Amino acid sequence: MSVLVLADHDLGALSPATARVVGAVSELGPVDVLVVADDPTAIAQSASALSGVAKVLTAKGSSLADGLETLLETLTVRYQYVVASAGSVGKDVMPRLAAKLDLMPVTDVVAIHGPNSFDRPIYAGNAVQTVTDNQTRHVLTVRASAFRPAASGNAAPIEALDVEVASAASLIATHRTESDTPDLATAQIVVGGGVALGSAGNFQLIESLAKKLGAAIGATRAAVDAGYAPNDWQVGQTGKIIAPDLYIAIGISGALQHLAGIQGAKKIVAINTDPEAPLVKLADVALIGDLFEIIPQLLAELDGKIP
Amino acid sequence: MKILVAIKRVVDHNVRIRVRPDGSGVETSGVRMSMNPFCKHAVEAAVQLSEAGNGDEVVVVSIGPKTANDVILTALAMGAHRGILIETDAELETLAIAKLLAKVVAEENPDLVLLGKQAVDDDSNHVGQMLAALTNRPQATFASEIKVTGQGLEVVREVDSGRETVALPLPAIVTADLRLNTPRNAALPMVMKARSKPLAVRPAAEFGVDLAPRLVVEKISPPAERVAGKTVASVAELAAFIASDVSQMEAL
Ligand SMILES: Cc1cc2nc3c(=O)[nH]c(=O)nc-3n(C[C@H](O)[C@H](O)[C@H](O)COP(=O)(O)OP(=O)(O)OC[C@H]3O[C@@H](n4cnc5c(N)ncnc54)[C@H](O)[C@@H]3O)c2cc1C
Ligand SMILES: Nc1ncnc2c1ncn2[C@@H]1O[C@H](COP(=O)(O)O)[C@@H](O)[C@H]1O
Repeated sequence: MSVLVLADHDLGALSPATARVVGAVSELGPVDVLVVADDPTAIAQSASALSGVAKVLTAKGSSLADGLETLLETLTVRYQYVVASAGSVGKDVMPRLAAKLDLMPVTDVVAIHGPNSFDRPIYAGNAVQTVTDNQTRHVLTVRASAFRPAASGNAAPIEALDVEVASAASLIATHRTESDTPDLATAQIVVGGGVALGSAGNFQLIESLAKKLGAAIGATRAAVDAGYAPNDWQVGQTGKIIAPDLYIAIGISGALQHLAGIQGAKKIVAINTDPEAPLVKLADVALIGDLFEIIPQLLAELDGKIP
Repeated sequence: MKILVAIKRVVDHNVRIRVRPDGSGVETSGVRMSMNPFCKHAVEAAVQLSEAGNGDEVVVVSIGPKTANDVILTALAMGAHRGILIETDAELETLAIAKLLAKVVAEENPDLVLLGKQAVDDDSNHVGQMLAALTNRPQATFASEIKVTGQGLEVVREVDSGRETVALPLPAIVTADLRLNTPRNAALPMVMKARSKPLAVRPAAEFGVDLAPRLVVEKISPPAERVAGKTVASVAELAAFIASDVSQMEAL
C-alpha cells in the first residue's frame, strides 16, 4: 500500500499542515510527497526531512485545479491513496481528481481507524460520519489540525518530474494578508475576535493580545463581512478549522457555524458581556464583561507572566 | 450567456440538528428545510449577471425528492427563468449528483454553471469540482467576486492565504462563497409569478447514471461533549489561568 501526499506550501516554504498530513497517513504505507510550485526546491527539502517520507517528487507549475488534476491522474496509478490537506488547494483539486478517476472521495477526515475506515464531520461538526471505503483507490483530504505532525530528521530522495503543469485558467493576481503571526490552521494558541470589536482599528486589540501570547489570529464571519479582519482569518464551517491548545474567543457569540471550526480546541476561554452566549456556556473559563475594558487590563496582567 | 445553477434543499442552517440515538443518521423529519445558503448566493449571482445583460437565460436544477420543488420556486422567485427537478428519494453521493448534473450540462450546454461551494448538511464541498472534471471545464471555486470580461470571467477566490484572482475561459464552473453577494428576498409578486414559470420534473432513473453509493456509512455519531467550564470573577484570575495554561504548553 503506498500513499501520495500533495504538499501545501506558501511563499516558497512548506506549510505546517503537510507534516500533519504525513503524520496522519504514514501508517497506511510508505509516503511519497508531491511538491508542485514555481520553485519547488526549498519546499521539497523540507518535505524530504519528514519521517515516513520515502520520496519527494517535484514539478514546476501553479496550483490551479485542472492542471494539478491532470498531473495527479497520471501519478495515481502507482498509489493506493492520494491525499491532501483539507486546505483551499486540497478542497479545490481532490474532488475533481476523484471524479476524473470515477471514485468517491472521503474528505475532511478527522480520524483514521484502519486502511479503509474514516471519520468525517457533517452538519457543521454536529455529527460525525464513520465510512468504509472499499473502492480500489482512496482519494482523501485530511483535516491537518486533527493530527500530530510527523517528526523530522529524515532525508528522503528528491526526484524532479519532467512534466509541465498546464491549466486552462490563469492566476492573474494574489491579495495576501501581511501578518507575522503563526499559521492559523495549525497554531498552538489562537485569539479570535467577533463583530463586537466594532472596527478594523479596534481589531488591533485582538492582534496585540495575540502578539503577546505568540498566537495566531482568528475572526468570525460577521467580523470579516464587516471588514474588520481579512477573510483568511475566518474560523468556522466555511473558514478555517482550528484545534489549538488554547482558543481565546473575544466578543464572539458562538453561532453553530463558528463552533464548527473550534471543536478540536483543548481549552476555550470566552470574554463576553452576555453570560448566556453559547460560547460562554461552552468555554472552560469565561469572564463576563466589556472587552474594551478587559483586554487592556489583561495585557497588563500578562506582562511578565508570559515568556 | 446561458447560466445553469445547481441548488440543494437542506436542513435549514439555523436548525440545531439531532443525531438519532441508534446511530442511523440525523433526524430530518419535521425539521425546517430551505435552500442551502451557498446555493442562494449562486442564484443571486446568476440573476445579477442576467440583469446586467450578461445572461440570456438562468436555469436552475435541483436533485432530490418532490419537496425540493420549494427551493426551485424560491430560485424562480429570485429571478431564474426555468427550473428542472430531478426527482429521487434516495440520498445520493456527491459523485452521483455530479454525474446527473453532467447530463444536464450536456443537454443544456450552459456557458456558465454556478453552484454553492458546499452543502451545509453533508459539508462535502465536492460537486462543483466533480462536475468540472466530468465536463472537462476549468473551475473557480470559493468565489467572492465574478466579473465578465471580453474573453471569459475574472473570479476572485477566497483561499488560505487571502484572496486570488483567476481568469477563466468559458464555458466554466464557478462555486459561490458567502461574500459573493447578498441574496435578495423575493417580493410577493415575484413569488406569485414564479408559479407560472416552466418547471420540468424528471425522474433520476431517466438519465442512465449509476447512482449506487460507493461508500458504506457505518454510523453517524454525535460529537464528543465538552466538560462544563466555570466563570471567573476578575481579569487577574483570567490572566492567571491563561499564563498557567501557556506555561504547561511550553513544558510539552
Ligand atoms: C452558511 C453559513 C456559514 C457560516 N460560516 C461561518 C464561519 O465559518 N465562521 C463564523 O464565525 N460564522 C459563520 N457564519 C455566521 C454565523 O452564523 C454568525 O453569524 C457569526 O459567527 C456571528 O459572529 P459574531 O459572534 O462575531 O457576532 P454576534 O453573533 O453578533 O456576536 C457578538 C457577541 O459579542 C458580544 N459583545 C458585544 N459587545 C461586547 C463587548 N463590548 N464586550 C464583550 N462582548 C461583547 C455579544 O454579547 C455577542 O455574544 C455562517 C453563517 C452561515 C449561514
Ligand atoms: N442534490 C443536489 N441538487 C442540486 N445541486 C446540488 C445537490 N447537491 C449538491 N449540489 C450543488 O453542489 C454544491 C456543493 O455541494 P456539496 O458538494 O454536496 O457540498 C451545492 O451548493 C449545490 O450547488
